[in-house]
Amino acid sequence: MNHTLIGFLCVAPATIAVALTLSMIGLADAQTPAPAKSVAIAPAVKKAPAAAASAASSNATVRAIEKYREALADGNPADLWEARGEGIWKQKRGPKNMTLEKCDLGLGEGVVKGAYAQLPKYFGDTDKVEDLESRLVTCMVLLQGFSYEQARRAPFGSPDNKPAMEALVAYVTANSRGVKMNVSLKHPKEKEAFEIGKKIFFHRGGPHDFSCATCHAQDNIRIRLQDLPNLTKQEPAQRAYTAWPAYRVSQGELRSFQWRLFDCFRQQRFPELEFTSQGSVALTTYLARNANGGVFSAPSIKR
Amino acid sequence: MKSNYLIAVVAVLTLLVASTAHAQSKSAEDRATAVMKASFKERGQAKLDRLDQDKAMALCTKYALTPIPKNLAKEIEAENLKTIPFPKDGKYLGDWKAGERIAQSGVGRQFSDNPANPSGGNCYACHKLDPKELSYGTIGVSLYQFGKIRSYSPEIAKYAYGKIYNAQAYSACSNMPRFGHNQTLTETQIKDLVALLMDPESPVNK
Repeated sequence: MNHTLIGFLCVAPATIAVALTLSMIGLADAQTPAPAKSVAIAPAVKKAPAAAASAASSNATVRAIEKYREALADGNPADLWEARGEGIWKQKRGPKNMTLEKCDLGLGEGVVKGAYAQLPKYFGDTDKVEDLESRLVTCMVLLQGFSYEQARRAPFGSPDNKPAMEALVAYVTANSRGVKMNVSLKHPKEKEAFEIGKKIFFHRGGPHDFSCATCHAQDNIRIRLQDLPNLTKQEPAQRAYTAWPAYRVSQGELRSFQWRLFDCFRQQRFPELEFTSQGSVALTTYLARNANGGVFSAPSIKR
Repeated sequence: MKSNYLIAVVAVLTLLVASTAHAQSKSAEDRATAVMKASFKERGQAKLDRLDQDKAMALCTKYALTPIPKNLAKEIEAENLKTIPFPKDGKYLGDWKAGERIAQSGVGRQFSDNPANPSGGNCYACHKLDPKELSYGTIGVSLYQFGKIRSYSPEIAKYAYGKIYNAQAYSACSNMPRFGHNQTLTETQIKDLVALLMDPESPVNK
């Protein structure tokens, strides 16, 4: 149940050291809590602070966490994925031995700069709304001649799988750094994707009766020590959405937004969300649109 | 005469527009459900029927953005209360130490979990319990001093058991999982959690 859309710990100063330690060694991860270790650390702090810390002390906490983030971001390994992705983008690949340099990500053939900030969007050639990952699949199929199955195979990285997909995602998204999110709902299919995504967001099910909204439709709540962004509201949605994809320190991998949704649903106790499925693109449309106006700042680095 | 005719025409047109709009919203709903179902695949223990909803979850989804009408809330609570098989031996308190381990564990019911292993309750994800555990969530209320504040009475123990077994019986559309009803925790495990909340020796009540 580690919802980590914003890797943003908000705790009172007394617990900051503990929180940062937990966060750095991955113990703040509520899904696999390590009771023995966290309890062992706990007695060092005399008293649990009240949940509602004063504004001043919570500002101090925020500043300390920002410092920690800056320290992490100095040398974000996501750079390696970005560089590899640029190489793959320009490399002749597939049965047609073509590069992706003619791929239209929505701003015209080969335009990468700012492209991610206006995705997902409707594409006439496929008559579908596509997010970045599904658009890359389309380009790999249409331009490079890969089969649909080849282009979508094993898209998430692991120690023995370093997919082209995540590197390409890093390269393209990095080219939207500093660009404001601007997702359109003008086309009827974009509007429909947004509405379907909203429905999926609020759909309660599974053995725990969870929906996305269980954790992400209230202000100022946290799971274990992890703050949970209210993704139905513009400001927290902007902060959360513009920070993905991210290099995850605890996993040693760059994680795409498709991965973020896949892993949220695993923790929601749902079946597996299929990579680039229509529902995944619809949910992304809902969340990206809620983040409109936010300045894109990923790939980021998270615990 | 003419104006009556006009009113009739307007009324018929209004009805037509209204029923078309209703049909459209109904079909949009069906389409969203169809898209969602087509976007997941079963994996491990997580089959596609996990997307299905019982009456309570269908209503809680429908009223996710607006307060659920009181009569429907009462219906959900009454129907869920009937599902709770309270322990036949009349005992609600197990071992609070075992309860603490269950409250800490977030294992269980994910497609990445081995269904042969017992599930945890992951109570600390949402609730404050033992004050020594600083890593607690705030989605649910604080349960610190649960028994001490509410009294160590059999009625409160029974309520705690029922609430963990089926939270919808006491608060319709609560965010809390129905741990017994949905077969995540066993009777013994729930009793251990009740002890964590209700045993005067439990660190929760210190």
